[in-house]
Amino acid sequence: MVEFLLRRVLYVIPVIVTVTAVTFFLMYRAPGGPWSSDKPLPASTERALNAKFGLDKPLWINPGAVTAERDAGENNPFVLGRALFDSQFFNYLFGVARLDFGPSYASKGAESVQSEIAERFPISLKIGLVGIVFALLVGVPLGIISALRQNTWIDHLSLFISTLGISVPTFVTGLLLVILMSRGFGISPVRRPDAWDGFGSAYLLPGIVLGLGTMAYMARLTRSSMLEIKRQDYVRTARAKGLANGIVVNRHMLRNALIPIITIVGPAAADLVTGSIIIETIFNAPGLGREFVESIGKRDYSMIMGTAIFYAVLIAFANVLVDLSYGFVDPRIRVRR
Amino acid sequence: MSSTTIAPSQSPSRRLVTTPGESVLSAGRTPRSLWSNAWRQFRRNRMAMVGVVYLIFLTLVAIFAPAIAPHNPVESNVGEAGQYRQAAWTTDPNPLKTGTWDYPLGTDGIGRDVFSRLVYGTRISLVVGFIPLAVILAIGVPVGLAAGFLGGRVDTVLMRLTDIVYAFPALLFFIIVQISLGDSWFGSLLNGLVLLFVTLSVINWTGVARLVRGDTLSLKEKEFVEAARAGGANGWRIIARHILPNALGPIIVASAFIVPGAIIAEAVLSFLGIGVRPSPNLDNPFPSSWGQMIQEGYQLWQSQPWMLVGPALAIALITLAFTFVGDGLRDALDPREQI
Repeated sequence: MVEFLLRRVLYVIPVIVTVTAVTFFLMYRAPGGPWSSDKPLPASTERALNAKFGLDKPLWINPGAVTAERDAGENNPFVLGRALFDSQFFNYLFGVARLDFGPSYASKGAESVQSEIAERFPISLKIGLVGIVFALLVGVPLGIISALRQNTWIDHLSLFISTLGISVPTFVTGLLLVILMSRGFGISPVRRPDAWDGFGSAYLLPGIVLGLGTMAYMARLTRSSMLEIKRQDYVRTARAKGLANGIVVNRHMLRNALIPIITIVGPAAADLVTGSIIIETIFNAPGLGREFVESIGKRDYSMIMGTAIFYAVLIAFANVLVDLSYGFVDPRIRVRR
Repeated sequence: MSSTTIAPSQSPSRRLVTTPGESVLSAGRTPRSLWSNAWRQFRRNRMAMVGVVYLIFLTLVAIFAPAIAPHNPVESNVGEAGQYRQAAWTTDPNPLKTGTWDYPLGTDGIGRDVFSRLVYGTRISLVVGFIPLAVILAIGVPVGLAAGFLGGRVDTVLMRLTDIVYAFPALLFFIIVQISLGDSWFGSLLNGLVLLFVTLSVINWTGVARLVRGDTLSLKEKEFVEAARAGGANGWRIIARHILPNALGPIIVASAFIVPGAIIAEAVLSFLGIGVRPSPNLDNPFPSSWGQMIQEGYQLWQSQPWMLVGPALAIALITLAFTFVGDGLRDALDPREQI
């Protein structure tokens, strides 16, 4: 078990390196540098800035630095190796390993990307939390009721809602809800900036909209796994020996039916991340998702890159957690490998 | 032996009437193939049929858009169309904002007919859904078959690759590719559609490959494959005649969910302002995109919500139709997995 855990965690490393490399290469190719603006900088200033942020170094490897070190009489292989990788990409990669995503070139006063993430991410996290709690509190009971009352009107209604929820994208439901709220009920979805401090009512609506898709998916999953378990022998045995309905449902069916719910935590994490990009823009929430969209508009490449890698790391670890949790929840799937 | 394989499909009462032996065969109904069975079951699913009809309808709309659209989707005629003319059934003190049936869903900020733009927008959504699907299947199915059937290095590489793709949220990858390559010559091919096709395919083929691999792994242990092998069939024949036909059901079901995913991705990118760039050119086949219409409507949602409601409903309906069809296909073809 410990070995599996270790292997699964170490597995994240090549994933992160690849994601970083792909992102870095693509963003390097993007048109325009960090200093391009309406007023072009003098060439000397640009050179100085490039030198300051290490943007004058080679892209992948730096053999020139190795020769320079060797000429200086350096023979330590570690120093020479470090010099070889003193390039834009590897310096960035080593930075990522230290959670240092470099400066945000577009922001005033060259704030670092990681401090921006640290400031904005808690807001996204809170919205995501509301979303997942909503999905669990509504989706799971909906699925259970649906399965227990299969083929009644309540089953059909919940199936209809969940089909709507999984198929219609978040940003469409979000936009339509915003229009409905403001036109129909006169509630403005746009809050004052200070409404996002703390954990207030501002988080309710964006969280629910964000969680709609996950809620629908959970309802469908719970329903189908409950239906399957309803036909199991041990449920029939429990009923045959005269147990009360509530006990059969709670002890025999629910416990087993909820195992598959864990499987969607990974995809749900990815869904909530990408959903937050749109939802925060619609509801004007100052979270990381909206920051990401804004940095696209500003062409703030280091911010785009840092946020994308941060999200990818988050999702990679969510997947590991899901893998590990199987064994704890269901002893039948104890991992041996 | 051959008669007993057919007997279970018959009703027990009929079996009681007939005498045992060859007569069981003649009395029973003609055996149905897996596919005709699936088709029967699919046809009985009313929602799935509604979805199919709606998608056929949209395809016709996309093809005959020039005949259906009352106006040119990119021509702005502010003089007659008015600025922000509202939907036909609304009245406004300003005659230039009052709805008229000339412009059934109103006009947008520069006097373009919203309805005509919606009609033409069908094209981008359908093309973005189906062309990547063809590429995804062309790559994913062979790789999945090879990985599952041969195992070894192909399998290892595929699994590592899918691990990476799974960790990289698709939308983030699309965004980064659009920013990086959107302005290059490649990114401008066919209004940027080609770049979108490529990125959608790059991300999605691994999912199909993984699915096919899993099916192949379980199918190749089945008795009928063993029997075929004992009968002297070679690897190619086993794949073509025994494994692929049995793996086809899940592939079709997965396809029904890949297409709406691609449509949503296009809409989201356009909503963020970095997607397909519909041409302002009058004779371009792709003059408008629903995602872009949503983006334009979103800027003005407080004063001109009708600009937003039309395309938003259009996307909601097309994705809903695909889900209905996908659910129907799954019930009919892939009875193991029912979510």
